[in-house]
Amino acid sequence: MIELRDVHKAFGANKVLQGVTLSVDKGTSMVIIGGSGTGKSVALKCILGLVRPDSGQILLDGEDVTKSARGAKRDAFLARFGMLFQGGALFDSLSVWQNVAFRLLRGSLKRPKEEAREIAVEKLRRVGLKPDVADLFPAELSGGMQKRVGLARAIAAEPEIIFFDEPTTGLDPIMAGVINELIREIVVEMGATAITITHDMSSVRAIADDVAMLHGGVIHWTGPVGEMDDGDDPYLQQFITGSAEGPIEAVR
Amino acid sequence: MSPLSPVAAIGRSTLHLLAMIGRVTRYLGETLSHIVRPPLYWREFLAQLMFIGYLSLPVVGLTLVFTGGALALQIYAGGARFNAEAVVPQIVAIGMVRELGPVLTGLMVAGRVSAAIAAEIGTMKVTEQIDALTTLSTNPMKYLTVPRVLAATLAVPALAAVGNVIGVMGGYLVAVTRLGFNPTTYIKNTVDFLEASDIVSSLVKAAAFGFIVALMGCYHGMQSGRGAQGVGRATTNAVVSASVLILAANFVLTGVFFTE
Repeated sequence: MIELRDVHKAFGANKVLQGVTLSVDKGTSMVIIGGSGTGKSVALKCILGLVRPDSGQILLDGEDVTKSARGAKRDAFLARFGMLFQGGALFDSLSVWQNVAFRLLRGSLKRPKEEAREIAVEKLRRVGLKPDVADLFPAELSGGMQKRVGLARAIAAEPEIIFFDEPTTGLDPIMAGVINELIREIVVEMGATAITITHDMSSVRAIADDVAMLHGGVIHWTGPVGEMDDGDDPYLQQFITGSAEGPIEAVR
Repeated sequence: MSPLSPVAAIGRSTLHLLAMIGRVTRYLGETLSHIVRPPLYWREFLAQLMFIGYLSLPVVGLTLVFTGGALALQIYAGGARFNAEAVVPQIVAIGMVRELGPVLTGLMVAGRVSAAIAAEIGTMKVTEQIDALTTLSTNPMKYLTVPRVLAATLAVPALAAVGNVIGVMGGYLVAVTRLGFNPTTYIKNTVDFLEASDIVSSLVKAAAFGFIVALMGCYHGMQSGRGAQGVGRATTNAVVSASVLILAANFVLTGVFFTE
């Protein structure tokens, strides 16, 4: 279970998170929605320790993770996570399979090269890519394929928690649908806890068990996806309908 | 504009400079602490050794062969003013090995390597690859900075050693073909004149320059701002700061080695 308690983070004068409180139960899929620049990515990066919050607590299974751990403890912590980055963030100097098997080729999870490659090919197949993609380089792939490889890399070491940062941004609607479905299937089949951030409502409906609406650095509404459409929060309603009229100013 | 604003501007840039010195120093400390702690990523280290060392050889060789040639011409012309033309081999050797060899090698590598490192790491930062490394339980300092800094510190002395020889060769070719020196005597004079301390100082300098080049490339890459412009600025900063630091370090090291 992941819990954020009153998390604040500012970059200079720009107060990005102003008291975010949110909890995600084990094995559920939480989708955080909100406009661009509302701090969704920052919230995820705070949980991973890539960004240190100014104040507040982040608890993973009841243990505060904001105190920076080093060495083996930090490794063990990070080994529980997989993350799909917005642009894929694949390493361009490495081939596709080496990207997917990155964690399996070094560090505490290191295993023989052939075995790592086998796992990589298996994960690639899981996300719908043929084995011959394995030896290509990321620059040779289309946007949709890069997302798939990123997804394969995120699940390669069987993490218990997976983060998806705008998984459908930059994809055509059909590819977006395919990726959404894939994410849903994988999360269910692995029994993983998932947090997805997106502003794509089709992703929300495909992926979410629970939804949280982040605006102005705080969570405006949170609840099961089924109750989202009846939610009484005007911010949430404006976001769902994509209306230009409402409490959210269009110029940010 | 308030009458005090020039003072404020001076204060601001002073604070800016101090903050930057602090950041670089902290980065330096972090790099050193990661160098002495395992693991070392051998594959990355060897790849960098290849890129920084071997692939820099053509540009370093060309730079030094021409410099050696020009040096021979100048010393001959200058020496002629007081009938000292014969010192060409000795002065070429000492000038090349003590100063020009390591400094020009350092500067050429600064242009080639620190720019490439800053651009690569800067792009990785901008496209979240650095964050991705961390989430994959790999410390970016260990995976990116340490192999580059170690490789440069080892490769640049080797480059400078080869470069010194090529530079002396440049002087030799000009002296023998254009200035009428006897080939055997030229080489004998060069070899007899050089002392072990000349060569040691040359290599120590080159190692320091290699360290500076890679450290500045990595530091500015990691500090890179967003977008193409951010990466461009990081690259420029890396080359400029590496070059200036090399010249400053050269002055200090020359003082350490050669003041009695």
